[in-house]
Amino acid sequence: MSITRRQLLILLPAAAVAWKSILAGTPEASPNYNMTEHWWGMLVDITKCIGCGSCVRACQMENQVPDGYFRTWVERYHVSDYDIENPKVDSPDGGKNGFLPTSVSDGKNFFVPKMCNHCADSPCTQVCPVGATFVSPDGVVLVDQKYCLGCRYCVQACPYGCRFVDPKKKTAQKCTLCYHRITKGLTTACCENCPTGARQLADLKNPNDPIHEFLKTHSVQVLKPYLATRSKLFYNGLDGSVR
Amino acid sequence: MQIPVEGFMYPNEVELQWSVLIVLYPFLTGLVAGAFILASLERVFMVKAVKPTYRLALLTALAFLIVAPLPLQLHLGHPERSFEMYLTPHRSSAMAMFGFVYLWYLLAVLVVEIWLDYRRDIVVMSQCTTGWKRLVYRVLTLGSTNISERSLHIDERVGWLVTVIGIPSAFLLHGYVGFIFGSVKANPWWSSPLMPVVFLFSAMVSGIAIVMLLYMLMCRLRREPIDMDCVDTVAKYLFYTFIIDFSLEMLDLIHRIYEADESFRSLDFMVHTRLFLSQVVIQILLGTVLPILLIGLTQVVKLAAKQRKRIYVVAGCLTMIGIFAMRWNVVIGGQLFSKSFLGYTTYKMAFATREGLLTAIVLTVLPFVILGVLVKLLPPWPEKKSAISSVAVAAYGAD
Amino acid sequence: MKAFKDAGHLFRLASVFLVGGVLFLAFRGVLVPRSFGQYGHYRGNAIKETAALPISYAGHQVCESCHADLLEVKSKGVHKRVACEACHGPLATHADDPASVQPAKLDTAVLCVRCHEANLAKPKNFPQVVSAEHSGGAPCETCHQPHSPAIVAVAGGSQ
Repeated sequence: MSITRRQLLILLPAAAVAWKSILAGTPEASPNYNMTEHWWGMLVDITKCIGCGSCVRACQMENQVPDGYFRTWVERYHVSDYDIENPKVDSPDGGKNGFLPTSVSDGKNFFVPKMCNHCADSPCTQVCPVGATFVSPDGVVLVDQKYCLGCRYCVQACPYGCRFVDPKKKTAQKCTLCYHRITKGLTTACCENCPTGARQLADLKNPNDPIHEFLKTHSVQVLKPYLATRSKLFYNGLDGSVR
Repeated sequence: MQIPVEGFMYPNEVELQWSVLIVLYPFLTGLVAGAFILASLERVFMVKAVKPTYRLALLTALAFLIVAPLPLQLHLGHPERSFEMYLTPHRSSAMAMFGFVYLWYLLAVLVVEIWLDYRRDIVVMSQCTTGWKRLVYRVLTLGSTNISERSLHIDERVGWLVTVIGIPSAFLLHGYVGFIFGSVKANPWWSSPLMPVVFLFSAMVSGIAIVMLLYMLMCRLRREPIDMDCVDTVAKYLFYTFIIDFSLEMLDLIHRIYEADESFRSLDFMVHTRLFLSQVVIQILLGTVLPILLIGLTQVVKLAAKQRKRIYVVAGCLTMIGIFAMRWNVVIGGQLFSKSFLGYTTYKMAFATREGLLTAIVLTVLPFVILGVLVKLLPPWPEKKSAISSVAVAAYGAD
Repeated sequence: MKAFKDAGHLFRLASVFLVGGVLFLAFRGVLVPRSFGQYGHYRGNAIKETAALPISYAGHQVCESCHADLLEVKSKGVHKRVACEACHGPLATHADDPASVQPAKLDTAVLCVRCHEANLAKPKNFPQVVSAEHSGGAPCETCHQPHSPAIVAVAGGSQ
C-alpha cells in the first residue's frame, strides 16, 4: 500500500489539510486554537492501568526525554492489609519496560501512573525567580526554555517529583501536557498510546467533554490534597496509601 | 554513575539538585549578617568594649558578601542568564528577592558605611601614598578631600543612620535565606516558620565567632596584645546568641518529635542513619553543646587570660564547624529523603567539577584573600609607626 | 550654604548611585524581552514556542485516513480502542511521506506480553496469561491476529 502525499491530498482533502497544519508546526499553523476557551487537565483511571509502560515510552519518544529522567512514570504499589500506611513501591526505570511479575500475593497490588499535576496554584511556578515557568492561560504549567536559569528551585518546590534539570540543556524540564499536540486538536502522546484508556485528556472548560460526566459519577481524588495545589490530575480509584 | 537508593524515590528525585555550593551560600551570607550585627553593637548599642573589632567586622562582612553570590552563580545551569533576576524579578519568589536584598545590603549599607568610616583615612592616604595605591585612594575619595571637623561630624551622624538601617537589612538578608527553605511546603524538612529565625540566629553566632577568631589571629600576626576586655565581651555575646539559637533549634526539633506528622517516621529514620554523624554528632554535640559549655565555663569560673584565649579559639572553631554542619544538614538533608516518605538517596560530592569540593574550598578561602587585600588597603587598626603617622595620629587624636 | 559645602562628598556619593540607577533602568528597558508580561509574569512567546515543537506520534485518526481496511478489521475486535502507534511506534514521518518512510516489522513475542503477561497488580478483568505456559513457545500470531485477536477460526470451525 503506497500512497504518496499527493494522492493523499486528492483522496482525503480534509484530513490532509488538517495533517499539513499539524506538521508545519509553526504558531500560525494552529490558528483556530484560542487559549481562553480551554482549561486542561487529565483523568487517570487506576482501575484500568495495566503497567505496560506505553505512556512512558510514548512520552520519551514524543518529547525527547533524556534517559533516566521522566516526564511521566508508572509506580507499582503493594499494600499489605496489616500495614496499610507503609506501602512497598517500585518503579524500575520509570516503568518504561513494564514490570516483572508481582511476587507478593497478600494485600493489594496496583499501578499508579504519575506526571505533572498541572496545578492551578502551582508551588513550582510560585518560586521561579525570573518568570521562566508559569501556568498558561489554558491551565498548562510550562517552562520557558530560553529564559530558565537552571537554579532548580522549582524542582525542590514540586511536591510530586515531576521536574528535573535536563543534563544537556541545563534547564528545568517537565510534562508540557503535549502542548504542541493539544493545541492542534490531538491528544497527548501518553493518552494516545494508552491501550486501556486509563489516561484521558480533559478540557474542563468544554461542557461537552466526558470528564464532566465522569466527575459527577465517580469518587475522584487528587494527589496530596492537603497541599492545596489545585491539582488538575484527577485519579479514579486512588488508594489512600498512594503518595 | 549509579546513585545508591534505599527504598523508593520518585525517579526524578534520585539526583540531588542543590550541591555543596548551596550549603556554602547560606554559610557565607550568615557570616556577613553576623559580622555586621557585631559591628553595629559598638555603633548603635554603644558597647564600647568591642570597639577594636568594629572595623575588622565591617571588612569581614564585605569580604564575605563579595564572595556570597559566587556559589550561586557557579551552580546555575545558565549563569549567563542570572541578570534576568534583576530584569524580571518574580515577586512571589523568595529567591528573586536575592538580587535586590544583596545589592541593597552591599551598596547601600556596607560599602557606604565603610566609606564613611574610612573617608578620613582614604583622603589622608590619597595624599601620602604613591603609584597605583594613590590612584585607588584618589578614586575612593570621589574627588572630595574635605575632612574638616564639620564634614567628619556629618559622616559620623550619617554613618550611625546607615548602621541603624543596616541592622534590619542584615536581618532581612539572612532571614530571607531562611525563608527560601522555610517556605517550600513540599519539603517537610524545610517547611517551618522557624527556619528564617533559626537561620538568623545561627548567622549571628557564626559571624560573631569568625570576627572573634580573626581578631585574635590578626593580633597574633601583628604581635600585639589581645584586648581581653574586648574578646571577653564578644565571647559573652556569642554565648547569649548561641543559647537563643540552640533553644530555637531544639524547639523546632521537639515540636517535630511531639507532633510526629506523616513525614516524621521518614525524617526520624534519616536523622538516625544518613544524617547521624553530621547532625547529631557534629552539629548538635560538637558544634553546639560543646562550645556553649566551654564558653559557659568562662562565664561561671574565673580563668586566667591565657586559658580563656585557648577556650575561645577552640570554641570558636567548633562553632564554625557546627554552623557549617547545620547548613549542610538543612540543604543536603532536605534532599536525601523522598517526598513520598518511602526512601532515601545519597549525596556523592564530586571533587574537581564545577560544583565539587575543590570549588567549595576555593570559595571558602577566597573571602580570606579578599579580606587580606582589604586589610592592606584599609587598615582596621590605628597605625602607629608608618610614614603617614603624623597626619593619621592627629586625626585619631581628635577622636 | 556651609552645611552643603561640608556635605559635598555625600552629594558626590549620591550622584554615583543615581548614575548607577539610571544605567540599570536603561539596560532593563532594552534587555527585557518584548513579549514579557503579555499574559502574565513570563515571556508570552514561550507559549507559541512550546506549541510549535515537532510531533512524533501522528495520532490514530491520521493512520485511519489511509488504512481504512485495517480500521474495518480492528473496529470489530477487542483492540478497537488501542491506538495504532501504541504497537507500531511513532510514525508521523511515515504519515508525512508514506512512500519513503516505511514502518518497521513488529515482533509479537515482545509486543503482546507487554500488556498481556500475567501480573497480580493488573486489573483482574484484564486478559492476561503466563506466556511461558500459554503457547508452548509458539508465536502469538499463530492463533491471534493482532488487529482482532479473538480466535474466530476455532469458533467458526473452518480452516
